[in-house]
Amino acid sequence: MVEAATMDRAAVTARPGHNRPPVIEAINLKKHFPVKKGILRRTVGQVYAVDDITFSVGEGETLGLVGESGCGKSTVARTVLRLIEPTAGTIRLDGHDVTRLGKAELRPYRRQMQMIFQDPFSSLNPRMSAGDIVGEPLQVHGLASGKEKHEQVCEIFDQVGLRRSQMNAFPHEFSGGQRQRISIARALALNPKLIVADEPVSALDVSIQAQVINLMMDLQREKGLSYLFIAHDLAVVEHISHRIAVMYLGKIVEYADKRTLFTNPQHPYTEALLSAVPVPNPKLKRAKRLLQGDVPSPINPPSGCAFHTRCPYAEARCKVDTPKLVEISPGHGVSCLLRTN
Amino acid sequence: MSTIDFQTELTAAGANVKSRWGAVRFFVRRYPLGAGGAVIIAMMVFAALFAPYITMYDPLSTNAAASLARPSAAHWLGCDFMGRDLFARIVYGARLSLIVAVCSVTLGCTVGVSIGLLGGYLGGWFDLITQRFLEMMQSLPLLVMAIVMAAALGPSLPNTILAIAFVLVPTVARVIRANVLSLRERPFVEAAKAIGMSERRIAIRHVLPNTLAPLIVLATAQFGSTILIEAALSFLGLGVPEPHPSWGRMLSESAAEYVRTAPWLVIFPGLAISFVVFGINLLGDALRDMLDPRQRS
Repeated sequence: MVEAATMDRAAVTARPGHNRPPVIEAINLKKHFPVKKGILRRTVGQVYAVDDITFSVGEGETLGLVGESGCGKSTVARTVLRLIEPTAGTIRLDGHDVTRLGKAELRPYRRQMQMIFQDPFSSLNPRMSAGDIVGEPLQVHGLASGKEKHEQVCEIFDQVGLRRSQMNAFPHEFSGGQRQRISIARALALNPKLIVADEPVSALDVSIQAQVINLMMDLQREKGLSYLFIAHDLAVVEHISHRIAVMYLGKIVEYADKRTLFTNPQHPYTEALLSAVPVPNPKLKRAKRLLQGDVPSPINPPSGCAFHTRCPYAEARCKVDTPKLVEISPGHGVSCLLRTN
Repeated sequence: MSTIDFQTELTAAGANVKSRWGAVRFFVRRYPLGAGGAVIIAMMVFAALFAPYITMYDPLSTNAAASLARPSAAHWLGCDFMGRDLFARIVYGARLSLIVAVCSVTLGCTVGVSIGLLGGYLGGWFDLITQRFLEMMQSLPLLVMAIVMAAALGPSLPNTILAIAFVLVPTVARVIRANVLSLRERPFVEAAKAIGMSERRIAIRHVLPNTLAPLIVLATAQFGSTILIEAALSFLGLGVPEPHPSWGRMLSESAAEYVRTAPWLVIFPGLAISFVVFGINLLGDALRDMLDPRQRS
């Protein structure tokens, strides 16, 4: 759930239709990367990769996070998992604040949140067999070893649709889709509550994408997993997500449940994204609102509304006033001066 | 777990490792040149181990009557000016070269890999200091460095090993560090972090094994160059002292004086050196191909 910074937690969980307890909450999360120059490595600026975003993912729920490349989606994923340190904000896992935990204190929490990576070729160690890759998390956390580990790995292989006989094969012997299954199996090994999937299918063929997405949805039903699903392909996100948040230049500009977002988009950026989704029927004529230009640099984000440089409806005040994320109907938030007043 | 396991590597490459000879037969069929190199190295190791059974001559005993004897049935490769059998000296010289090469490469690679792995993975001040120091060392040519070291330590077998190991460290450390720097950013390292692995375990389990292929190529290349450096040091009188037979010194003793009158004194030790270095390089290339799973068809 995406919230205006001012909203309190009670309001977040009390929303109708979304009464699932949150597994992960990110509150006012910021990640700024310093830009350093010269011999002395002076900081000459900041990249506002993630700039004050708030959301939560409920139990058994999938939150889709969409946006153009470079808008900070992957940084959100890595910050939530504490793979990179947040500049500011709070991350709560199952109600526990994990933002400032040290490495050793964080370890038990790592079991509850796992990640699936975009590139199925470099996210697996080429020198380890598939069985070792999947069994490694069990070993690291001292959950199982020897025969017990082997049996658990066998079970996970069955769950993700890999053959047990493939356990001794090395990653390079698998196809892209199978490799992504290994990646999913590795994430499942620790029986996590949350899986952060960073564009898990964008490197795969379309036919394989569907298989992997369906596998993820089946696993969610069986195990009650929560997903933070990052993608730039809206069709994929529509298929798997319950709710969707749209990011632009490090900020969330609109969020809603899937149906609302696709039928009644409010933010001009969401509108443009949706109109760019290909439709299978070529005779269907649609009004296309294609955006001009590129995403502005997150080092010097535009003043006022960051989207005003590309917005077809922009007015003078958009360059000056910064819009706030406001809930226009329950569960539907928009950050646009024109649509919220 | 990804340790350096040749058995697994071979199985993955499709070799029949059930029988002991299966792996060997596989290697010979897949890499005939490498097998040739292995044979040369095996010959050298055999000569080193069984020197007394290969030749009946003592490499140290002189015989004035046989001074500068031509190659003949009695002295297969002839004799030097002190009447010492050249074949015996080359066979015993293999022992010396092997000891120097194995010890200095092991020592140099161990230190170099440790520095490269620590510096590359951890970065920070340790990396900064070691890299500047290695750059200083590398500003001198390898051989000059070895000569300085050997001269400072004095000629003896352990000192020669130490001097050669010392000059190997910068190359190994820098290659490993560069490799580690790129491996560190790979998603599978990030995945290991997400699992909750400790940094040390990631470095040893995930990063180190992936530097294996370049390390083996490097170690074999270095193996060849240690033999050359040892020869050069001995040539200059800074290596293993008399009367131990060193291929390098055998060359140097005879090169100036006897190259015209008794060319066998120059040709055969020179051939021994080139032959062994050539064999090591062949073997090294084949090992690299075999140990890099991505190069398998």
